[in-house]
Amino acid sequence: MNNTLEYMRENRLPHIWCPGCGNGTVIGALIRAIDALGLDTNKTVLVSGIGCSSRAPGYMKFDALHTTHGRALPFATGIKMANPELNVIVISGDGDAAAIGGNHLIHACRRNIDITMVIINNNVYGMTSGQYSPLTPTGRLATTAVYGNIDRTFDLPSLCGAAGATYVARASVYHVAQLKNYIQKGLENKGFSMIEAVSICPTYFGRRNKLGDAPAMFNWIKENSTMYKQGVMEYDKQIVIGEFVNKKDPEYTKSYTELIEKLGGNK
Amino acid sequence: MSEEKVLFLQGNEACVLGALRAGMRFFAGYPITPSSEIAEISSIELPKVGGRFIQMEDEIASMAAVIGASMTGVKAMTATSGPGFSLKQENIGFACMAEVPVVVVSIMRMGPSTGLPTSPAQGDLMQARWGTHGDHPAICLIPSSVKEMYEFTIRAFNLSEKYRTPVILMTDEVIAHMREGVKLQENYEIIERKRPAPGAFNYQPFLDIDGDGVPPMAPYGEGYKFHVTGLSHDENGFATNSPEKNEKLLKRLKYKVDKDAEEIATYSEYLMEDAEYVLVALGSVSRTAQNVARQLRANGVKAGLFTPKTLWPFPEAALKRHLSAAKLVIVPELNLGQLVLEVERIVKGSCEVKLIAKASGELFKTDELYNQVAGVIGE
Ligand SMILES: Cc1ncc(C[n+]2csc(CCOP(=O)(O)OP(=O)(O)O)c2C)c(N)n1
Repeated sequence: MNNTLEYMRENRLPHIWCPGCGNGTVIGALIRAIDALGLDTNKTVLVSGIGCSSRAPGYMKFDALHTTHGRALPFATGIKMANPELNVIVISGDGDAAAIGGNHLIHACRRNIDITMVIINNNVYGMTSGQYSPLTPTGRLATTAVYGNIDRTFDLPSLCGAAGATYVARASVYHVAQLKNYIQKGLENKGFSMIEAVSICPTYFGRRNKLGDAPAMFNWIKENSTMYKQGVMEYDKQIVIGEFVNKKDPEYTKSYTELIEKLGGNK
Repeated sequence: MSEEKVLFLQGNEACVLGALRAGMRFFAGYPITPSSEIAEISSIELPKVGGRFIQMEDEIASMAAVIGASMTGVKAMTATSGPGFSLKQENIGFACMAEVPVVVVSIMRMGPSTGLPTSPAQGDLMQARWGTHGDHPAICLIPSSVKEMYEFTIRAFNLSEKYRTPVILMTDEVIAHMREGVKLQENYEIIERKRPAPGAFNYQPFLDIDGDGVPPMAPYGEGYKFHVTGLSHDENGFATNSPEKNEKLLKRLKYKVDKDAEEIATYSEYLMEDAEYVLVALGSVSRTAQNVARQLRANGVKAGLFTPKTLWPFPEAALKRHLSAAKLVIVPELNLGQLVLEVERIVKGSCEVKLIAKASGELFKTDELYNQVAGVIGE
């Protein structure tokens, strides 16, 4: 194992995140997964949208594209299509991925393009200071839901699995070992992988919903989560941790490469 | 001696052939009339030459994908029309800010909104300049023939590579869909983006080392490990809130195109030497206006035609030079008055400027335009 700091841009510190933010924990898991696989850091590109979580690539030593809100996946799709040799990793927030970027998410799953996406789900729009997102549980409070959120939430694993992703898992900032393992398996999968990292935002979600400070929120995740059992998906009652999809299907850029070869375009 | 070969091509087809000639190896798009042939032909031709085509889920995604592809060092293009051009705007701004060379083709149809999908119009001229928010450089080429569709597409790639900026190739439905015999040259100059020295891994991706406002651009995947953002950034590509660095960046982005504006700006002139009545028209309207100018001359009126071939930057100095004998400038256009605003700004009261506007979704016919121009001159 390399020193994880070797993957970081230490000169970019201090970071912009609040005390107690879960983003650093998720980055740590991602770095350890990259390290465990020995990915060539020269051939690995990080792509993100806009949000607190999307600032992560700015602290990591890779080629990185910090794009527009919700659009990380189509930028990443262009990178992967134009140069399929590259490992392409997308880091996104729950609003970035599931609201403004929701359409791109289902189409990336459908294509099964070889991109690994880590969605940091802190249940809220952090960067814009606490409005509800498609992952804010019903009944919770947000700056745009002071009477309680009446929206229902997406279950990202079900959404991505149904849309065709070939590796889908969920862990949390409490379940760090699983998180690293799932990201690692996502990176190994030749196809679209979505790993949801349930995270905490003490500043905007925790405080308004009286969930306490960061340690209290970690505890809250611990007490409210359960391991996935085949067929049981009570995501609206509990945080279901586990692997939901792990299968093989044709990968998009490989299929295109085969088309090029068939037409003699590789000569 | 350059040899010439003649092809019979549709405008959109010529665009794709020009793009391939320029080295396009990636196309992302979403179908929309009257631009769809560009996607269709790209999907047929690209894999044959080892390039890649993808039909994305919408125009926002298409714009994002071509920027992503260009970051790997590949020449990339997208094509769209009206509603799709509107959707692309945010990411066009990203390409301006992150300085990513890409070509965006926009075939104008009647708007606003879904408008008249198959009818010609020229209502997006200002959108090509100011469609995305914030101060930003803009280069927009306007072909008015099938041959120009071919050659201007090559030029669009060349300019985008040279200036590290998105370039818009815009014309109206008529030029995109008509067919003409095209004589192509054997040789066209092809420009490639500047790159940092191989192995210069401490390279600063937004440092203007050459003083021309255009920093060299590395491709992803070669070890440079550089960061690119749409946030205001420093020379290393990292977000900054520094007022000085922000202003320096925005001024450089403007400077890199502005300093060469007169070289980038092109135009054509017809019977302009001693013209007292100057028609200014672009795209398909310039073809009708040429007939009108010729007929007016035949009838003893000293008329001429000035056709901008780049809309942005506008051939400002050239137009001024051609107005020495002008009594009246007449601007016919397929909208309710957009080109005329730029012409008025340049003419600045040195003579009168009259607009002939048409927004019915139809072309000007020669007789119709002749009568309107003659009417305006007679006033
Ligand atoms: C097109 C557009 N709309 C809105 C915004 C404002 N905005 C910035 S970040 C953000 C939400 C971020 O929330 P999320 O994706 O959950 O990430 P987090 O900040 O919580 O990590 C919004 C709405 C924007 N930058 N661009």
